[in-house]
Amino acid sequence: MLAVNFLLLGAVLFCIGVYGVLVRRNAVMVLMSIELILNAVNINLVAFSVMNGNLDGQVFALYVIAIAAAEVGVGLAMVLMIYRNRKSIALDELSEMKG
Amino acid sequence: MVAAEVAHLSSGWFLENAWLIGLIPAVGFAVIILFGKKLPMQGSEIGLGTLGASLVIATGAGIQWMQRTNSAEGEEAAAGVLRGIARSLPRVEEGGHAEPFIEPVTKTWVWWQNSGLEFGLGSSIDGLSVMLLWLVAFISLLVQIFSLDYVRGDRRYTHFFAAMTLFSSGMLIMVMADNMVQVILGWEIMGLCSFLLIGHWWEEEANAIAALKAFFTVRVGDVGLLVGTAILFFGANQYAVDNLDTNGFNLGAIQAWALSGEASTWTIVMAATALFIACIGKSGQFPLHTWLPDAMAGPTPVSSLLHSSTMVVAGVFLVAQVYPVFWEGFNIANGGLSFIAVIGGITIVISALLAFVQDDIKKVLAYSTVSQLGYMMLGLGTGAWLPAVFHIFTHAFFKCCLFLCAGSVSHSGSHHSFDMKKDMGGLRKYMPITFGAWVVSTLALTGVFPFAGFWSKDEIIDNVGNNGYTFLFWVGLGGAALTAGYMTRATYLVFFGEPRGAAAGEHHDEHDVHADDHQLVGAVPHSLSAAANDHGDDHDHADHGHGGHDDHGPHESGKLILFPIVVLAFFATVSGFSNATPLGESWEQFKKFVEPRPEAVAFDAIIATGPGESVQLVVPAVDEGGDDGHGEAADDGHSTGCGRGDPEAATACFFPAVVHAEPKFAKILLSLAVVAAGYAAAIAFCVAFYKKRDPRLVGLTERSRVARAGYLFLANKYYLDHLYEKVIVRGVAHPIADAAYWINQRVLDGAVNGVGEGGKRAGNWVYDNIDQKLVDGAVNGSGFVASESGHAMQPVQSGKVNHYGALLFGAAAVGAIVLVILNVS
Amino acid sequence: METLTDQTWLLTVGTFLPMLGALVLMFWPKNDEAGIKGIGILTAGVTMLVGIYTLVQFDYGQSAKLQFFVDAEWIPVIKSGYTIGLDGISLPLYILSMAVTFLVMVYTWDNMPEAGNTKAFYILMLVLQTGMAGTFIAQDLILFFVFFELVLLPMYFMIGVWGGEDRRYASLKFFLYTMFGSAFMLVAFLALFFQTGAESFGFAQLIDAGAAIDRDVQIWIFAGMFLGFAVKVPMFPFHTWLPDAHTQAPTQGSVILAAILLKLGTYGFVRIAIPMLPEGAKAWAPAIGILAVIGIIYGALGCLAQTDMKRLIAFSSVAHMGFVMLGISTLTSFGINAALFGMVAHGLITGMLFFVAGSVKHRYHTLEIQRLSGMLIQMPRMGWILGFCAMASLGLPGLAGFWGEFPAILSAYQPGFGLSEPLFRTLMVVAAVGTVLAASYLLWLYQRTAFGEPSDEFKGHSDAEHDAADRGHGVAHSLSAAANDHAHDGDDAHEDIHDVQLTEWLSWTPFLVAIVVFGVYPQLMFKVMDPAVTQMVERLGASLG
Repeated sequence: MLAVNFLLLGAVLFCIGVYGVLVRRNAVMVLMSIELILNAVNINLVAFSVMNGNLDGQVFALYVIAIAAAEVGVGLAMVLMIYRNRKSIALDELSEMKG
Repeated sequence: MVAAEVAHLSSGWFLENAWLIGLIPAVGFAVIILFGKKLPMQGSEIGLGTLGASLVIATGAGIQWMQRTNSAEGEEAAAGVLRGIARSLPRVEEGGHAEPFIEPVTKTWVWWQNSGLEFGLGSSIDGLSVMLLWLVAFISLLVQIFSLDYVRGDRRYTHFFAAMTLFSSGMLIMVMADNMVQVILGWEIMGLCSFLLIGHWWEEEANAIAALKAFFTVRVGDVGLLVGTAILFFGANQYAVDNLDTNGFNLGAIQAWALSGEASTWTIVMAATALFIACIGKSGQFPLHTWLPDAMAGPTPVSSLLHSSTMVVAGVFLVAQVYPVFWEGFNIANGGLSFIAVIGGITIVISALLAFVQDDIKKVLAYSTVSQLGYMMLGLGTGAWLPAVFHIFTHAFFKCCLFLCAGSVSHSGSHHSFDMKKDMGGLRKYMPITFGAWVVSTLALTGVFPFAGFWSKDEIIDNVGNNGYTFLFWVGLGGAALTAGYMTRATYLVFFGEPRGAAAGEHHDEHDVHADDHQLVGAVPHSLSAAANDHGDDHDHADHGHGGHDDHGPHESGKLILFPIVVLAFFATVSGFSNATPLGESWEQFKKFVEPRPEAVAFDAIIATGPGESVQLVVPAVDEGGDDGHGEAADDGHSTGCGRGDPEAATACFFPAVVHAEPKFAKILLSLAVVAAGYAAAIAFCVAFYKKRDPRLVGLTERSRVARAGYLFLANKYYLDHLYEKVIVRGVAHPIADAAYWINQRVLDGAVNGVGEGGKRAGNWVYDNIDQKLVDGAVNGSGFVASESGHAMQPVQSGKVNHYGALLFGAAAVGAIVLVILNVS
Repeated sequence: METLTDQTWLLTVGTFLPMLGALVLMFWPKNDEAGIKGIGILTAGVTMLVGIYTLVQFDYGQSAKLQFFVDAEWIPVIKSGYTIGLDGISLPLYILSMAVTFLVMVYTWDNMPEAGNTKAFYILMLVLQTGMAGTFIAQDLILFFVFFELVLLPMYFMIGVWGGEDRRYASLKFFLYTMFGSAFMLVAFLALFFQTGAESFGFAQLIDAGAAIDRDVQIWIFAGMFLGFAVKVPMFPFHTWLPDAHTQAPTQGSVILAAILLKLGTYGFVRIAIPMLPEGAKAWAPAIGILAVIGIIYGALGCLAQTDMKRLIAFSSVAHMGFVMLGISTLTSFGINAALFGMVAHGLITGMLFFVAGSVKHRYHTLEIQRLSGMLIQMPRMGWILGFCAMASLGLPGLAGFWGEFPAILSAYQPGFGLSEPLFRTLMVVAAVGTVLAASYLLWLYQRTAFGEPSDEFKGHSDAEHDAADRGHGVAHSLSAAANDHAHDGDDAHEDIHDVQLTEWLSWTPFLVAIVVFGVYPQLMFKVMDPAVTQMVERLGASLG
């Protein structure tokens, strides 16, 4: 009941996040979308944790938050560098990784 | 049973150290080979010295053997000194009383061992061996003295003396042997030396081929020696180990086994046949006599040594030494028609006939030797052991003398030619001493009273008849007449008539002469027979004997050559008296000292006496008039006794009881008459043919077809050489060996190569079709697939993060769906 | 089997010392030829000294027992141990392998084959020596097999690299032939091991257990071993690799091949196949005897057809090894003793003949019999040595060859354990005829090569002729006067043909002395071998009932 609501919230957030990653051209927006996905996962983790009466899930959530912070830090730095080099942060112009 | 009494046999240093007789020349050989060239006389002094030492020891051993024999006479001998010299006791089977068996003096060392049995090397001296030891040492020494001058200046002077010394050593080692392996050792050493000496001048191909032929022919006979030794060893070994504490190689054990009656007939017949084949080869008996005349290619001293006391006598000696085997194998006791006697008889006649058509003086003598060896074999084959052995003794002197005379003639009389018709004649005026020696030896050879051959050869013929072989008796007599004939012819051609060719002082090219020879004889097989014709070599090598005369006319030889000849002529005259049977028992020294006693000896007596200590002998006492075998033997000597019935239990016989013929005046007259007839006919022929050129005889071979055919048949040596060389040797050497090699290369190796080739082909096919197409195809294919699929997937890698994200999430979604489905089901 | 375990280090040192030398040589500069040769000879020489010390220390009173015995763990997983020991059967061959390698190395000092690369050559010879010595001391089947195969590779390279014109073919043939046999042999070893269910691969255990195997199985296992050993011997009809290998191999290779390698096969029969599989041996003995005698006659006929001296000697090996195998096939101590003596004698004599052939080739650059003549005039000493070896080879008593041949023929008269007497007696007579053929091909060879005058193409090129010319002016009777004139004409011509030289004397003299010594006093060797052989045959008798 309650848990289902939390899970639904997480799913909605995840979907929004995925949508943002796939559609947005702005790198900052993509980073924010990834943040949404991660938080969707966090909500799921905490919800299951409460549901099962097991703190492991919450501990994982804390880890994810910490990792996400680091990831945003690294990600923003890269975006900054890309901007400096190319004066743009539009992702579809970046195709150096083409195989 | 047998009561035993002890008889003391004397021995002595010389008898017990008789092994030195063979060893000293063998060591001498090594010294000559190693240091000979540096010595002042180039090694010949070593040869002479060692043979001299051997002769001294052999003489000592001979004297001590006589003392030993005398000591066996026991009390009686001790009583009268005279009895030591003259003995007049008839044998048991002749009505006398038994004498003790005289054990040989043996001294052996372990030579080799096998299967826990130890086989010895050393000396075993009995009457026969001590007689031959002395004879060989004596003759060898004289021949070497002769050689000093005869081969002086030869390129291989040192080698010559080395080989001669080893040759004598081989014979001595064989004669003193106490076992078959040592016999083989001496036997083969002689074969080797004959090869070296006959091929002494090997630069000429013909000489090398003659040497090869001699060695090879003897080697063919040696198959018999190997096989015979094997049969005897395994036949006698058990008997020897059980009873005599020795082994099956031991000659005494073989003798005892053969007479023990334990041997199966088959075994002993096979052994006797095999051994006799070896003797045929070695002693030049029909049909393996063809090597002997070719062996004349060697220097004359070699021929004289080879034909008198060594090599060819080895075969006769072997038969005499293991006589019991032949006695039993060919059933000589009962007058069986023995293989030996038949071969001997054939040899006497065919070789005497061949001697008539030879122009080469040495070849006449060679065929004469073959014929005389036939007499010895005839004697042994019919039970006349003693006369045959005695004939070895006398024959050695006069045959050696004849060869040395031939050498002397060619050396000083005929400018190194041996051709009687071309280069000799009338030499008696120039070479009186040589002529005298030659005549004495010829008389001895033909058996004229009182020379040596008379006493031995007539005894053989007499005994052959006495033992019941009437036909062979007449063959022997006929042979004596033939001997007189061909020797007269040779004597006439060399010493009478007008000097011809080199003897008349002419010098001509040897090789032309011999080329004529070939045309004359026509069908003589060129390769091997040419060997012996080419004595022309002698003149290339022996020139130095002249020591500075430029005059090549005939003259008497020097002292070093004449000395041996004269000594030998002396012995040719008197040696017959050492066993002059017709003069009475007291003259029969050979019968007393050489012939083994046919008495049974207790096993205990033999085993008790170890090697070299056989001074005591326990002999069974003869219970005279008793009811045992010996008593009967005295009454009926022909049905029992050694070799005529099995010996009693626990005793052994070593020699069969042979029968000795009573000398009869009529027989002596008969044989003398035959010889005289032979002489008369031959002299008449020689005078008519060679001196008067009687037209009825000259050219007979051209006019009469029969005479021509007969002459060619003889001149071609009965075509035996053709058979051997053209058919057998060439057959084996070429078609058969080639075929075998063809099989090797084409069939066996072909199979191997075929397998290899097949393997290679299969490999190629596998490589081409399976490896390259299938396996490699699979490998290459996977690479291709990977590469192509890579290309196909390339667009996916757009480099755009969004695309990657889409793929990521798409894949995750697919994964999720799969998981869900799986979990649901 | 009783053993003596004194001085256990001795055999290991004797066997692996050459390996140490090979290791040192590997790091030695390649250009220092003298140094390489020196180290090689030194190593072999020290090994030889160890061998002589072994001879001194060997207890001759107990030669039937394994001495200097070691039984250490080696590969426990497959139950194979480092089991080594020496008894009367292996001692002569062990020492022979050391002596031959040493003398061959001495010979190589002056007679390096043309292909060069001294370093590799000496290393290979040292490895070969370890393999040969190891085979004779191994008392464990797997160890034996390893050494047996270790020999193969150096010989393959020796023929393949330093051989004659056709060396590739010959070396490959040698290698494949032997490998083919070895494969069957290994299978037979394994079958034997599993059939007996033995505790280990040690000879002693397998000899104890082998007799219990079912007769039919023994026959099959023996067949496998027979193939392996018969190729190595080589027996007719597996001999065809031999003439090619010998003809193409360098002199050193031929000598080692003839002297030692062929003996590995016969040794295998005596040491392994017969004691371990008595029933199998008995069933196979008539076949071995027949093949051996065919080999004798056939080898001799092959010799008569040859035009090349070295190939002739190679074929004579087939005949001589036939005598050895005839002795073994009688399954009597008499015959096996003869065979063992024959192995050593053949090693010395045929090895020596190959030495002479090599030196003749070195001087005349050909071995065609037709072109060689008058060797005695051009190189008297070499000619006499050849004659001596020919005489020894044809079995003249007083020289070593006789003692292998004569007792072997003799033993066939009475084969052991109920083997067919008529068959073996027939074989005896045929083998005796083989001695006549041996005399004929050897003397014929000698007569054609050594006697007579030198052929025109080589006339006047030898030292001996020059000496004769210098010396012989006053001597009227020199037949080689013609040659002398020629020599004077051609004083400036190249002088290829010199008589035996120092290194040749050094390496040959021991061979020649040994041939005489063993020939004159064979008891030296029979005394060592006989107890061991007799004991072996007694055990055979015990298991054959």
